[in-house]
Amino acid sequence: MITPPVYAPSLSPSSPPAASATDPWRSHAARIVGITDEIAGVRSYDLIFSDQGLRSAYRFLPGQFNMLHLPGIGEAAISISSSPAQPDLLTHTVRAVGNVTDALARAIVGDSVLVRGPFGTPWPVDRLDQRDVVLVAGGLGLASQRALIAELARRAVPCRRAILLHGAKHPADLLYQQEYAGWQASGIDVHLIVNTPFQEWTGPVGLVTDILKTLPLVPAETTLLCCGPDRMMTAVAEEALNRGVSPAEIYLSLERNMSCAVAHCGLCQFGPVFVCRDGPVFRHDQIARFLAVPQL
Amino acid sequence: MVSPAAEKRVWQLGDWLRLFPADLQRVITALAEDHRVVGPQIADGAVVYRDLTDVGQLPASWLDEQDGGSYRLRQDASAGAFDHVVGPHSLKNFLFPARDTVASFVRSEGEWKQEPLPADERPLAVLGVRACDMAALRIQDKVFLGSGYVDPTYKARREQLFTVAVNCRRAAATCFCHSMNCGPKVAPGFDLALTERDGWFACQIGSAAGLALFQRLAAAGMALTSCTAPEIDAAEKVSADLEASMHARKPVENSPRPRSLDTTGIRDLLYANPEHPRWEEVATRCLSCTNCTLVCPTCFCSSVTEVADLSGDHVERERHWASCFTLDHSRMHGGSVRHSTSSRYRQWLTHKLAGWIDQFDSSGCTGCGRCITWCPVGIDLTEEVAALRQSDQP
Repeated sequence: MITPPVYAPSLSPSSPPAASATDPWRSHAARIVGITDEIAGVRSYDLIFSDQGLRSAYRFLPGQFNMLHLPGIGEAAISISSSPAQPDLLTHTVRAVGNVTDALARAIVGDSVLVRGPFGTPWPVDRLDQRDVVLVAGGLGLASQRALIAELARRAVPCRRAILLHGAKHPADLLYQQEYAGWQASGIDVHLIVNTPFQEWTGPVGLVTDILKTLPLVPAETTLLCCGPDRMMTAVAEEALNRGVSPAEIYLSLERNMSCAVAHCGLCQFGPVFVCRDGPVFRHDQIARFLAVPQL
Repeated sequence: MVSPAAEKRVWQLGDWLRLFPADLQRVITALAEDHRVVGPQIADGAVVYRDLTDVGQLPASWLDEQDGGSYRLRQDASAGAFDHVVGPHSLKNFLFPARDTVASFVRSEGEWKQEPLPADERPLAVLGVRACDMAALRIQDKVFLGSGYVDPTYKARREQLFTVAVNCRRAAATCFCHSMNCGPKVAPGFDLALTERDGWFACQIGSAAGLALFQRLAAAGMALTSCTAPEIDAAEKVSADLEASMHARKPVENSPRPRSLDTTGIRDLLYANPEHPRWEEVATRCLSCTNCTLVCPTCFCSSVTEVADLSGDHVERERHWASCFTLDHSRMHGGSVRHSTSSRYRQWLTHKLAGWIDQFDSSGCTGCGRCITWCPVGIDLTEEVAALRQSDQP
C-alpha cells in the first residue's frame, strides 16, 4: 500500500512574521523583481523582501493575502498567487482599479514597496486528503487559487482528483492562460468558459455554473473551493448544493474593504465576521445566511 | 474629623477613604506630577473632558438634561460636582483618538524604512469616568488587545491609564446602563472610585496604582481618614438605589421618556430580521451623519490616510475614526456594499447589539445613551429595537 504524501512540506500554519505579532502596522520593504502582463489592466508583481532574515522566515498558506503598501499613496489587500513552496518570492496579481493599484501599474522592476502579512484564513489544504477537489474561479478570483493550484500541480496535496473551472467574460479575460497546459499536464482537469465569445473561441459559452451542472462528480467525496464576485459564488454554492455536495465541503473566498487586516478597523465586516481575520476563506454553511442578504 | 488611629493604619485595596474637596485637589495635584490629568468641565455648552488642574474646574451645581436629539445644561444649586452624567466625550477620545499616527516611514536611497513612533509624553489620568464608560473601556480592550492582534498605541496608553471613576447619583432619561448590566455602579477595574456625598466623597481604592497614590500622599503628610462602616454602606446604597429607581422609572407626560432596552434574545432578534420594514422606515429619518458612531464609546471603526511631506520622502499613516454610516466604509472597486441608508443603519445596530456578541462575547452597547442624545433627529436605538421586537418576523 502506498502511503499518501503528507501535506505541508515547508509550510507552517498561518503565523505572522515575528515583527507583525508585536505591531500589526509593521511593514517590510520589498523589491519588485519581476512584472508580468497578464490580461488587460492586470499585472503580476514578483516581490522579494529586502531583509535576508525575513526572506527566509516568511511563510504563507494558499489563499492568504498580503497588504501591499505604497507610502504616500495607500495600501491594498492582495492575494498571494505564487507557490508556498518558494515563499521567498511572492507573486501578487493586481488589477488597476484604484489609487494603490493604479500606482502599482506604473511601477517598474526595482521599485520598492512595503508589505504586511500574511493575513487571513487559507484554503483548507489539510482537509483535501483523498477528496475530489473542484476549484471554481470567476475572473481575477483565480489569483487567490493560484498558490493552491501550484501545490496541487506538484502533488503536495494528497487529493484524489483536482478540477478547475475558470470562467471569464471574454476569452481574453481568462487569467494565467500560458499556464493551463502545465496544470493539465500535472493532472489538474482544467475547464474554461466565457460568456461573451469571440470568433476564434471554440470552447463552451456560458457561466461556470453551466459546467458545474453537468460535471461528473461524486458529491459525497467532493470539496468545492470558489472565489469570484459574491453573486457568482452564491450561484456556484447553490449549484453545488443541488448536486449534493455537503454545505460543509463548500468554501468561498470573500472580498470586502480590508484595511487594517487584523480585525481592528471594522471596514471589512460581513455580518458577525471580520473578512480579514476570520476569512477571506469561509465555509459556506458558516456564512450562507449572511450571503443571502443584499447590502449586508 | 481626622481620626489619629486612621492615619497610622496600613491602607489596602478595597479600602474606603473620606475625601473633602481639598483632599481631591491633593489627589489631582499628585496625579499631575506624572500624568496628564483630564476631567469633566463645561465647554461649548456641554460637559466635556478637558485638562484639569483644579477641583474648582469641575462642573459643580450644573445638571445636564438629555433627550433624543437634545442636550441642555442647567444650573442647580443643589447639584454636586458629578451630578451631570455623560457628555459627548468618553475614554475613546484619549485611548483611541479621532486622529492618531500608527506608522511612520522615511525613504532613503529608494528604499522605505519604518521609523519608531514617539510615545505619549505623559500617561493619562481621567477623573470622573462613569460605570458605562468603564464598561466601554473593557469592550475596547477586547477589540484592540484581545482579538488576536494587539494595537500597540492603544496598549501603551491603556497600560498606563489611571482612572478615577465616579458612581452616578443621577441618571439622565437617555441612560439605560441598568438594561445593559453596565451600571450605574462602577465595576472593578478602576484605580479609584468616588461616590459623591454631601460636601465630600467616599473614595474606594481599586488598584495597586490607586493604593500607591495614597501611600505617596500619606508619606507627604496628608491625613487620610477611613470611611466608617455606615458611611460605606450609605455610599454603596447610592448605586443600588439609583439602579432600583432606573428599573422603576415610568414615562411622565411632558418629560423625556426614561429609556430601557429589553435585551432578551436580542442577537437572534436582529439576525432574524435583516429585511424588516423598520430599516426602511428609520432610513427616512436617519441623516447618515455619523454622530452616533462618533460619540459611541465603543465604536471602533477606522481608516488610514497617508500623510506625506512635500518631498514625499516622509510618510505617516494616520488612522482616523470611520463610520459605517458612510459609503466609504464598505467601498470596494465597483462601489459600496451598503449603498442605502437602511443597510447602513441596519449594519450599525445589528453589529452593536448582535454581531458584537459573536465577535467579542459582549454587547457593543453600554447603555450610555449618547447615540440618542447626539442624534440630530433623535433616533433612539431603544425605540428601534422595540419596534423590531413588536413585529418580529421569525
